[in-house]
Amino acid sequence: MSYATSLYLTGAEIGLSLTGLVLLLAAAWGGQRSARLITILTVAALFGAVAFSVNLLGMAGNEAAGDAFGGLYRADAFGSYAKILIYLASIACLIVTPRYFAQQAAYRPEYPVLMLFNAVGMGMMVSATDLMTLYIGLEMSSLSSYVLASFLKQDIRSSEAGLKYFVLGALASGILLYGMSLVYGFAGTTSYEGIRAAFAGQFPMGALFGVVFMLAGLAFKVSAVPFHMWTPDVYEGAPTPATAFFASAPKVAAMSMLVRVAMDPFAGQSASWQQIVIFAALASIVVGALGAIGQQNLKRLLAYSSINNVGFILIGLAAATPEGVAGLMIYLTIYVAMTLGSFVGLLMLRDPMGRPLETFADISGLSTTRPVLAWCLLALMFSLAGIPPLFGFWGKFVVFQAAVQADMIALAAIGIAASVIGAFYYLKFIKVMFFDEATREVEKESPVGHWAVLGICTLIISPLGFLLTKPLGEIAERAAASFAFAM
Amino acid sequence: MIGIEHYLVVSAILFVLGVLGIFLNRKNVIVTLMAIELILLGVNINLVAFSAFLGDLTGQVFAMFVLTVAAGEAAVGLAILVIYFRGRGTIAVDDVDRLKG
Repeated sequence: MSYATSLYLTGAEIGLSLTGLVLLLAAAWGGQRSARLITILTVAALFGAVAFSVNLLGMAGNEAAGDAFGGLYRADAFGSYAKILIYLASIACLIVTPRYFAQQAAYRPEYPVLMLFNAVGMGMMVSATDLMTLYIGLEMSSLSSYVLASFLKQDIRSSEAGLKYFVLGALASGILLYGMSLVYGFAGTTSYEGIRAAFAGQFPMGALFGVVFMLAGLAFKVSAVPFHMWTPDVYEGAPTPATAFFASAPKVAAMSMLVRVAMDPFAGQSASWQQIVIFAALASIVVGALGAIGQQNLKRLLAYSSINNVGFILIGLAAATPEGVAGLMIYLTIYVAMTLGSFVGLLMLRDPMGRPLETFADISGLSTTRPVLAWCLLALMFSLAGIPPLFGFWGKFVVFQAAVQADMIALAAIGIAASVIGAFYYLKFIKVMFFDEATREVEKESPVGHWAVLGICTLIISPLGFLLTKPLGEIAERAAASFAFAM
Repeated sequence: MIGIEHYLVVSAILFVLGVLGIFLNRKNVIVTLMAIELILLGVNINLVAFSAFLGDLTGQVFAMFVLTVAAGEAAVGLAILVIYFRGRGTIAVDDVDRLKG
């Protein structure tokens, strides 16, 4: 494997980091005025990375793997698929960001640059095939996320969200690292292939501890129960565009990283980690459904909704089969569309002064004041609840199907039962919008960018989305084929 | 004779102290930052001990990466703490309670 090939395979990350460095200089030189221009350039760079990943996805055949830098990094169909999702979600979040900060005149060119470095980190996480690459990618993404959460400096809730996110995120990284150090000690190597080979025969107790610690750290990053306690606070306090970002792109990255860790180095130990994943999945579904019931703040509600969704996604991983991984990727795609749509809808809710609105009282009677927005949100909420004609149903269907095929009928049954509890608060959302009296004056106009993102997301989750099942299924199957399933 | 297990015990103790430091400390967020450093140092001892024991350099390279990232992490953490203090005028852990539900 020549050096040039390595550089080519990591092209998306290299391109994005070089652009990030140049834009950082430009931001320092241009000051606040350059914010808009730098946002546009960042979006362009991310589109370039999407095009590169699509190209790589097209090239990667059934073999699908190209190792770079002596096995530290792998470009395969799975990684490319996840990266396309990540970059597209970042673009959508960037498009709706400037207007949110415009009211406080708090938008700065550093915001898009941080998003860019975050995207680089997420790409590295997804493609890492060595514990070191994984750690560096994870920290690169996490550190910029902490700053994004506390970006609204004058708002005390934003800095508190950043502080909480930082302390708990650093603790999770520490736990993950401790697990990695134990795995390294017992395997004698940090590369995924080496670890798999070392644990092929026997699996020492110390390494089991390492795997459990690693799973705990990763569960924090995907905000699975019991490591979810930071999610509602951070989602509520962070600026809404940053919240939309946390709920979409980093979740895809962390989940894909978790899948790669489970399916590559520890594929032979699936019996050990499956129980943990099953527990986390069921607990996330139940806690996500019950926790949301009493919430008044819509961002908090969507935080619990994302915990709930992580549970469903983890069911796909618990199955530990190619169908499970393919179903998980399909669910992730639909989840990103649903979450981005809901948060963009939330961003479009402002009072006539331009202040953001974010509680249940603010959306009452929205169907009379903003009918189109209310109908879009209705579709998104029904889709999140998994009600059939909408595409959200398909995501739940494929993961449950994978669980049933893997003989986990009890898991699927409990999951389906618990998803009914979750329907309660989605329906409450709709009830407040459509059947309550309008009490609040809302801004009637929204910019084109917001409508575009909301329109695309609503279109994907609408019944028209079922046209996507075939191509999506094929790509997801190829992504799942990136792993050798040693059963 | 000091063997690998002695190093592992020390690092486990440091790790547990760090975790307890985060959860038991009710006074000051700076102490929390110190507890995080303690966790990372425990990890580093583990990595270097394994590296020496196995005669494999990877662990020491990893430890260097961890050190570097820890420095960046501390910088970001302190920066967030500074803007938090400007807004609230306190860094007591019990006062970090504006967000709950």
